[in-house]
Amino acid sequence: MNFEFSEDQLFIRDQARNFLSRECTAETVRAALLSENPCDQALWQKIVDLGWTGIAIPESHGGLGLGYLELCVIAEEMGRSLAPVPFASSVYLATEAIKHFGSDEQRARYLPGLASGEFTGTLATSEGINSAQLHTEVKNDRASGCKLPVPDGDIADFVVFTARDAGGATGLYITDLADASVSREVVPSMDPSRSQARLVFNDCAAQKLGDAGEEALTALLDQTAVLLAFEQIGGCQAALDMGIAYTRDRYAFGRAIASFQAIKHKFADMYVALELARANAYYGACALASDAPDLPLAAATARVSATDAYYLISKENIQAHGGMGFTWEFDCHLYYRRAQLLSTLIGALPAWKEKLTTRLLQAA
Amino acid sequence: MDFNDTPELASFRQDVRTWLNANAERRTDKLHMGMEGEQAFQEAKAWYKTKADAGYACLTWPKDYGGAGLTSLHEVVWTQEVEHFKTRDAHFVIGIGNCGPAILHFAEEEQKRQLLPRMASAEDVWCQLFSEPSAGSDVAGLRTRAEKNGDDWTLNGQKIWTSGAQYSDYGVVLTRTDPTVSKYRGLTLFMIDMRQPGVEVRPIKQMDGGQHFNEVFFHDAVVPDSYRLGDVGGGWTGALTILMSERLAISGVQPTGFPQFLDLVKSLKLDGEPIANDPIVRDRLASWYSQYAGLQALYKRMLTAVAKGGIAGAEASMGKLVGAVMNQEIANFTCQLFGPAGIILDAEISPERAHFEEQVLFSPGVRLAGGTDEVMRNILAEQVLGLPQEPRADKGIAFQDIPTGPS
Repeated sequence: MNFEFSEDQLFIRDQARNFLSRECTAETVRAALLSENPCDQALWQKIVDLGWTGIAIPESHGGLGLGYLELCVIAEEMGRSLAPVPFASSVYLATEAIKHFGSDEQRARYLPGLASGEFTGTLATSEGINSAQLHTEVKNDRASGCKLPVPDGDIADFVVFTARDAGGATGLYITDLADASVSREVVPSMDPSRSQARLVFNDCAAQKLGDAGEEALTALLDQTAVLLAFEQIGGCQAALDMGIAYTRDRYAFGRAIASFQAIKHKFADMYVALELARANAYYGACALASDAPDLPLAAATARVSATDAYYLISKENIQAHGGMGFTWEFDCHLYYRRAQLLSTLIGALPAWKEKLTTRLLQAA
Repeated sequence: MDFNDTPELASFRQDVRTWLNANAERRTDKLHMGMEGEQAFQEAKAWYKTKADAGYACLTWPKDYGGAGLTSLHEVVWTQEVEHFKTRDAHFVIGIGNCGPAILHFAEEEQKRQLLPRMASAEDVWCQLFSEPSAGSDVAGLRTRAEKNGDDWTLNGQKIWTSGAQYSDYGVVLTRTDPTVSKYRGLTLFMIDMRQPGVEVRPIKQMDGGQHFNEVFFHDAVVPDSYRLGDVGGGWTGALTILMSERLAISGVQPTGFPQFLDLVKSLKLDGEPIANDPIVRDRLASWYSQYAGLQALYKRMLTAVAKGGIAGAEASMGKLVGAVMNQEIANFTCQLFGPAGIILDAEISPERAHFEEQVLFSPGVRLAGGTDEVMRNILAEQVLGLPQEPRADKGIAFQDIPTGPS
């Protein structure tokens, strides 16, 4: 049994950490937060140049041909730096959907462009708060319906989306967003450093993605849950480090406030939540890389654990900063916002707890 | 990253499995095997002898001292396999986990060869005597005096919370040898014969009615200087070594209550409806599982670090903190599910519930023993996260001048 990344993978992580600490500072994130266009194009181009968009794409399609463990270590750094780029939507969701479920022709059409940065894609599943029943329909290769919210839906070049066919079966479809019969608009969200859009398909052309049905979507979201868990623990670590640094230097009653047990015990609980989430994420990574039979349970566990941890740590980091933590000027809210985004991105906590429970009770 | 044993460990696991199937009884429930009564103690001793004769005692200790000379990973494989069998080790965990390492570290070669093999096979049982009525979380504030008389030391004072003292042949005792220096510098560790005159063991009746612990009184108990562990005044360093071993030993076996809860959710119906369909039960199950699975995975990470030559870090403190709290929460939640009948403590009336009802009354002790929740948080905050200590009123003054409460 070996429960650690390899030397090579840790090297990639260190490189990613160095690169992002230089190129993606809090100022970068704040600029995106306030900008009309929340994708930092200069940063995105550098990420493309480093090959990260193609890291898990086969070499035959222009990628680096590496695996999920390499993607996990990069995800952790993307999360730590709050990078304002469409990495999650394009790399974990759109690229992986096409890689796994696309026909040979679809793979050949999209993957090289995703690796080279020519395209970005996204995945659209949600239809607002009443999403249990899918309303988007595809009949005779034409799509109608509305998706909300779609992460990075305003800037993506194509979207993979869920829809019903004429027989009522759920499937994954793909459509190019340059199509004039798709309208899209940005909707306000809690974390404007990543945009959310409303997409309306007005009888636009759409292709079935391979023969992907509901099970394909479940599998895609499971592997994404593991990758997002790494983004979440990266963010947790950064917020925890920020709180520790502040409370060591902030004095009240003649002493560093970090010396009060009320503060220390808060940080101990935050650290425990982070380490449990990290351990679950590592287990999930191991299950993902080996396509283990317990991946569905491991993925749901990693998701629940990381979501709980990021909420706890991002809110208690604000609390530990006192009044300064509530100001726009301090970075505490950047983590709190991102925690909210990542916790809802592929389905929120109650849905993932339900998946966890169902899978746990089904297991032997 | 991968889940598989190395070929060597896989082969060891197979040997262990075969041997256990031939020599131990498979268990049918997941309840903790405690230390109830004399018969359980004799069974436990017999099991350790069998295990030692087969070469499976104290796997990581050197062969010369009654061990098997194997690695921590072999120990883990053993722990994982033996969990499926009805075996008891509660009587010996403290001796082998805490006193053993102290003796390995501090005793003379001849003493190690004489004492450790008998400890490994449970022919001799050991206990640890640290806590005192006025020295709990602040264990270095202890007052039991050891005074030098020629080649011997004379002990007077009182210890408390001593697990298994009534079964023990020997103990490792932390004493104050010099009250005129600062409290950490005036402590010395000794081994002591628990059967000798001047050592009196009295059981403590706990709030749940059980008697797992004892008070131990020393009335002019004599200890030869050859039983001293480490230097005079060097007791605190030794004690810290032992306490870290304790938390490590506890973390692997820390009861969380989760496996029992999962069994209950899978099997119990209330008013004809499986509780597994109750949304509140499902929500709690997901939360506790994510913590439980996290502890298991954390343990695997610690083992990976140990296998690569690193040392165990704060995992043990985290396991203790999370497991003890979860155990109490699960017990309380489960009893609430049973409605008014949740109050009944009778295994005849409610065999599937009795475990949780007992745990409601026992679990507060788990959050205190071996370092309280609050001490665990201080360890994590100060030793792992590097946060500063609280200002203290006992710094830089002699032990005898430290303020004490009214008593």
